[in-house]
Amino acid sequence: MNFTLHIWRQECANAKGHFETYKIENISPDCSFLEMLDILNEQLITGSTPHSSLLTPHSPISHPVCFDNDCREGICGMCGLYINGRPHGNDDGITTCQLHMRKFKDGDDIWIEPWRAKAFPVIRDLVVDRSAFDKIIQAGGYISTTTGGVPDANTIPISKHAADMAMDAASCIGCGACVAACKNASAMLFVGAKVSHLALLPQGKIEAADRVKKMVSKMDELGFGSCTNTYACEAECPKLIKRQNISMLNRQWISALLGRDKK
Amino acid sequence: MKLDSKIPAGPLAEKWTNYKASQKLVNPANKRKLDIIVVGTGLAGASAAASLGAMGFNVDIFCIQDSPRRAHSIAAQGGINAAKNYQNDGDSVERLFRDTIKGGDYRAREANVYRLAEVSGAIIDQCVAQGVPFARDYGGLLDNRSFGGAQVSRTFYAKGQTGQQLLLGAYGALSREIARGTVKLHTRSEMMDLVVVDGRARGIIVRNLVTGDLERYAAHAVVLATGGYGNLYYLSTNAMNSNGSAAWICHRRGAAFANPCYVQIHPTCIPVHGDYQSKLTLMSESLRNDGRIWVPKKKEDAEAIRAGKLKPTEIPEENRDYYLERRYPAFGNLVPRDVASRAAKERCDAGYGVGTGYAVYLDFADAIQRLGKDVVEQKYGNLFQMYQKITDENPYETPMMIYPAIHYTMGGLWVDYELQTTIPGLFAAGEANFSDHGANRLGASALMQGLADGYFVLPYTMQNYLADQIYVGKISATSPEFDAAEEAVRQRINRLLEIGCVETRHGTSLQTVDHFHKALGKIMWEYCGMARNTESLTKAKQLVKELEDEFWKSVFIPGSANEFNPELEKACRLEDYFELAQLVIDDAMHREESCGGHFRTEHQTEDGETLRDDEHFMYVAAWEYHGHGQPETMEKEPLVYEHIKIANRNYK
Repeated sequence: MNFTLHIWRQECANAKGHFETYKIENISPDCSFLEMLDILNEQLITGSTPHSSLLTPHSPISHPVCFDNDCREGICGMCGLYINGRPHGNDDGITTCQLHMRKFKDGDDIWIEPWRAKAFPVIRDLVVDRSAFDKIIQAGGYISTTTGGVPDANTIPISKHAADMAMDAASCIGCGACVAACKNASAMLFVGAKVSHLALLPQGKIEAADRVKKMVSKMDELGFGSCTNTYACEAECPKLIKRQNISMLNRQWISALLGRDKK
Repeated sequence: MKLDSKIPAGPLAEKWTNYKASQKLVNPANKRKLDIIVVGTGLAGASAAASLGAMGFNVDIFCIQDSPRRAHSIAAQGGINAAKNYQNDGDSVERLFRDTIKGGDYRAREANVYRLAEVSGAIIDQCVAQGVPFARDYGGLLDNRSFGGAQVSRTFYAKGQTGQQLLLGAYGALSREIARGTVKLHTRSEMMDLVVVDGRARGIIVRNLVTGDLERYAAHAVVLATGGYGNLYYLSTNAMNSNGSAAWICHRRGAAFANPCYVQIHPTCIPVHGDYQSKLTLMSESLRNDGRIWVPKKKEDAEAIRAGKLKPTEIPEENRDYYLERRYPAFGNLVPRDVASRAAKERCDAGYGVGTGYAVYLDFADAIQRLGKDVVEQKYGNLFQMYQKITDENPYETPMMIYPAIHYTMGGLWVDYELQTTIPGLFAAGEANFSDHGANRLGASALMQGLADGYFVLPYTMQNYLADQIYVGKISATSPEFDAAEEAVRQRINRLLEIGCVETRHGTSLQTVDHFHKALGKIMWEYCGMARNTESLTKAKQLVKELEDEFWKSVFIPGSANEFNPELEKACRLEDYFELAQLVIDDAMHREESCGGHFRTEHQTEDGETLRDDEHFMYVAAWEYHGHGQPETMEKEPLVYEHIKIANRNYK
């Protein structure tokens, strides 16, 4: 298969970025999207481009295209490209590394961009800084336990229903697709997933009110936008995290403000 | 080099209790004055840093990814073992201990494994307190399932994402300590050297992967929790950035490296399909509960399938060879990983492979007929979907194709009972050390070991080391040792960047780092993989040497040292892999027996099973580095089994 790639290139956080166009040929439909970029990089580095040619004549860049990736099986949350206007590309319930070229048509033009959000500044090309997510978790996205001195695991039974719902919320991989998909770059789905996961469990209920307030104000402080309930986040989430987590977040937050759960 | 395993005296079951009762402690006011560096944020690193931080030590933690939550522990699917005996099926610390020793083919240290089994229950308690959403039954209590190598149900799980949930639990605990200020987090930071002052580990040199700056960090002790070196083989189930460099750097600085040839090959992975492939995806071991593994009985059928002229569903029952059920009637499709992997290779090498010739079928037709499609979907739906996304084939209608792949490394830095390496002050935890799995790791035991080391072993044993360090005062990062280490890293990076620079470019065709890494992986897989012998290992040694020479002539790393430069990161890691490869080969060559994942074709029974040589090889091989290109020397740590009765592993 042959493709024309339009890739966002940006040397560093403060540099001005632009699209660069590349042609790439003889790609197997079984090749994954990131493996296709590996092939492009291989050709850019060796300068021997039997299958591709640099279309923009004045481009000084032989530096390969930088993109984050790690596990390449959809669980680490490291990869994340905005492909033809969709986070993680044109398939549902997958991360970028699980997207395969057979999902495209031969001869397609493919536009590849980084996540675009004020809270996720670009580091280089397609790599962004998502440390804002870590900071939100540090603000309270955990249960305060120290090692040792905890009760036996079966001391507190938890209904299977609650445990299953907590598990669904906890399967968030922190990739940032929800923020990238949102026109306001809101992090409500990410925060909602963590708030719900912990609030659904008896162990997490104790700090629930405090947690939700701290996480929400940290989220605002870091420059994430507001939620206007369009649910683009839910549509693009690679782990199919549900919008109900946002409702749960709102309920938790309001009752925390009203002091209902306050100890 | 002298190996002292420091195993406490007394009966096996009392060793850890006795150790804890007599170890030295650090008083709370003094903990604040002691600095600890933890490298790696997987299960072992995150749990160690969180625990040590909560105790009051000053911790600096480092990871190469953009967040601690990305570490490769996150990808573990199946579960975590613990001797809780919640199922009332006869489990106990003693039984988990025995299963682990036997699973490791009697090549692990008794005292360490017993301690692992002993603390396993507390891990589950800890995780539940952190909010890990383990699977539960309708009464609200924790559910269990079975895994290979055990006759009880002791595996706790969170869907097919147990590693993810355990890591997020540890990441939560770590985040709390970061917020409290006891732990400082350094992301996108790669350890480039270990600084040893007066024989003790006193700090590290780190490359900031965003700016390229070299940074110094000094501490009273260093914990290495950087995982295994499976990516030496290029194609593996490991993440792309998982690497063996941090451990190898410590080895270069004097830490002994133990049993490097013990590499685990997982039998059920999606087969290789093209040269551009970067990664092999694991299909959980749990699939072997209901899937049946087979190849065609007739060679001409296999050939027709490979040519695309015949479909697997068209082959009648009597022309299928369910080779695991045929060879191992007692365990059938549930034999341990090393046995299943070798059997698949044997059939494919004999010409019965399907797909590209290097694949066998994992068939669910029987299970679907017996249980119904709905039940199969409930049990394995997410795995079937993953398979379909990758291969574009529907496993409900046609059998899956699978083949073994590199998965885990049992070998690693040699550590004593305290998890301290041969460099005082340098500790190694999780997959980075060698200690608990012998020659083969059982399923659901890696998560257990990582968390045991981090939550319940290091917080004790490190205090024992740090107790007298309160007299040393703050460690300075401006000493000549730090200067020299930083300069050495700078020179090393420059040497790599110079290889393909413009002056030397003329006349040589340049290659990428990945080109060499793939070539190295192929050599290791072909000649030092599932089956090894003197001839193949000799050949591997020579080919690796030739490839390394070629690397130093024609690798091209674009860009500079002072920028975000993933190619440079890969080049540094590959340089270390070349040395590590030689040691893996040497270790495989010297171990003239077959045990667990290490299969020497010269040492097998008449029907192709592993043949151990307990008389000559019941020891840990700990290797010492003597400079690039110099042969390493080996010290033996004899394995003394006082408690357990040695037997043959028999799965027939």
